[in-house]
Amino acid sequence: MAFLNSPDFWFLVATSLAKTIFLIFLVVLPMVSYTVYAERRVSAAIQDRTGPNRVGFPITLLGFKKDFSPFLGGLGQPVADAVKFLLKEDFVPAHVNKPYFWLAPCLAMVPSIVVLAAIPFGSSFLGVPMVVANLDVGLLYIFAIASVGVYGIVLAGWASNSKYSFLGGIRSSSQMISYELGLGLSAVPVLLICGSTNLSNIITYQIQHGWLLFPFTHGIPEWRSLLLWIPVFIAFVTFTICMFAETNRLPFDLPESETELVAGYHTEYSSMKFALFFLGEYTAMIAGSSLIVVLFLGGWHFPLIPDGSGPGIIGAFWGVVNITVFFAKVAVLLFVFIWVRWTLPRFRYDQLMKLGWLYIFEIALVNIFLTAGILAFTK
Amino acid sequence: MAYVVERPTLTWKEKIYLPSIVAGLMTTLKHLRKMWAGETKVLMQYPEEKWDSHMPEHYRGAPTLVTDNHERERCVACQLCEFICPPRAITITPEEIPADSKWAKVEKRPKQFKIDMIRCIYCGMCEEVCPEQAIFLRKDYAITGTTREEMVHDKKKLYELGGVFDGLVHKWNPLK
Repeated sequence: MAFLNSPDFWFLVATSLAKTIFLIFLVVLPMVSYTVYAERRVSAAIQDRTGPNRVGFPITLLGFKKDFSPFLGGLGQPVADAVKFLLKEDFVPAHVNKPYFWLAPCLAMVPSIVVLAAIPFGSSFLGVPMVVANLDVGLLYIFAIASVGVYGIVLAGWASNSKYSFLGGIRSSSQMISYELGLGLSAVPVLLICGSTNLSNIITYQIQHGWLLFPFTHGIPEWRSLLLWIPVFIAFVTFTICMFAETNRLPFDLPESETELVAGYHTEYSSMKFALFFLGEYTAMIAGSSLIVVLFLGGWHFPLIPDGSGPGIIGAFWGVVNITVFFAKVAVLLFVFIWVRWTLPRFRYDQLMKLGWLYIFEIALVNIFLTAGILAFTK
Repeated sequence: MAYVVERPTLTWKEKIYLPSIVAGLMTTLKHLRKMWAGETKVLMQYPEEKWDSHMPEHYRGAPTLVTDNHERERCVACQLCEFICPPRAITITPEEIPADSKWAKVEKRPKQFKIDMIRCIYCGMCEEVCPEQAIFLRKDYAITGTTREEMVHDKKKLYELGGVFDGLVHKWNPLK
C-alpha cells in the first residue's frame, strides 16, 4: 500500500501511459495505415502496375493555395481509406449472432495491440526505459496474448452464420493450433542462449555478444557464437514461417483466402468492424516483426550507435535514434512480409497441416536439443 | 497411340521448396526494381497524358458548329440534323436574318442551337446530313459537367469548340 501512495508509483503510471499513447497512436497506428499503403504500392510494382499515386492531402480545404502531394504521390490514401471506413454503413446482417458478432472485431484488434506492451522498442529516453511493461515473462506473455487473437477470427466465423465465414473460422483455429507449437518451440533456442524470457535481457545479451542472427555486429565473434549461429538460423527460419501463419499472411492466409472463401471470416463484416479486422491483421504483423527483431536482430541496437543513457539532450537524441533504428528494422521485415505475400501462392490445406505438424514442429524440437547440446559442450 | 507421361522424380532440392521460393522472390524483386527504376512501361496516366495525338482523322468526338472564313455562321437552320438525330439531342430555334445584314441573302440562321451532350451518341449523322457542312464531329471526347444544364451545349459553346472551317461547301465546289 505504501508503494501505491508513493510518487514512484504515479511516475510509473504517468510514464507508462505516455509510452502507451506514443507507441499506439504516434507509431503503430500510422505505421499500420502506411503498411497498407506500402502493400498496395509494392504489390503494384511487383505486378508491373503503378498503384495508388493520386491522393494527396487536400490542404486547400484549410485555406492553402495548392494541395500537398509529396514525392511519391498517393500518400493521402490511408487517410482517405480511414475516412471512407468511418463513413460506410455499418451493416449487421439479420442472421448473425449479434453479441459475438460485435465482440469478434474487438478480439481481433485488442490482443495484437496488447502484445506490443512487452516489446522494448527503444533503449531509454530521459532515464525511462522504452518498454511499456518490462515483464520478466515477456515472451510467454506475448505468446499467451497472441493466441487469444485467434478467438477474434473463430468467433467472427461462427457468429457470422454463413458457410464461408464458418469455413474460415474452422481453418483458422486448426491452423493456429498447428503453428503455435512450432512458434513457441522455435523461440526456445533463443531463450536457452540468452538465459532469460525478459525481452530487454535478450537485447542486452545481443548487445554484449552480437546479434543472434548476425554475430559479426560485435567485432569478430568467438567460435562458440559461430557454432550457435547454425541452430539460431534454423530457429529464425522456422520462427518466421510460423509468424507468417500466426498473422494469417500469405502463403498461409487460409482463414481469409479470398479466392475460395470470398473473404473468409470477415465476409459478413462491413465498415469499421471490417476495418478493425484489417487493423488487427496489420498490427499483428507489426507485433510479429517486432518480436523477430527483438529475438534475432538485436532489437533497437545498431553497431556504433550508443544507447540513450547519456546525460541530458545527447542521451535523449540517441534514445530517439534507437527507437528509429528499431522501427526501421521492423519496416524492413514488414517489406519482407509484403514481398513474400505477392510472390508465393497459397498453400493447400493439407499441405499446411503437413508442414506445420510434420516439418516445422520436428525441426524446432530437434533444434532445441541441438542448441542445448552445443551450449552444454562449449561451456 | 497411347501417350505415357513419366511421373517426374523430384530432387532433394525440389522437395524442400526453399530454393524455388528464393528464386520466386528474386523474380518479384526484379520486377519491383525495374518498376521503381522506371524501366517498366506502364499505362498512360490519363488526365496528364492523353491519346490525342494518336487519334485518327475520322474520330467522332463532340459535334460542333463552324463558321466560314468570312466569319459567317455556316448553319442555315434547315433543321435536317435536328430531324435525323437518333436520340433527339439537337434543338434548333431558327430566325430570319434581318434585311440590313450583309448576309441577308442567306435568309435563315439559328437563333439558338442546343445539343444535349447527355443524349448525344456521337453517331455523326448530323455531320453526314448537313447540306451546308456546318456541323462537324471534332476530337473532344471528355465532355464533363457537374449539372445537367452544363451538359447542354448552346450556340456559343458549339462555335467555341468548332472554330473556323475554310473552303467552299461541297455542293458549290466545282471540283466536286
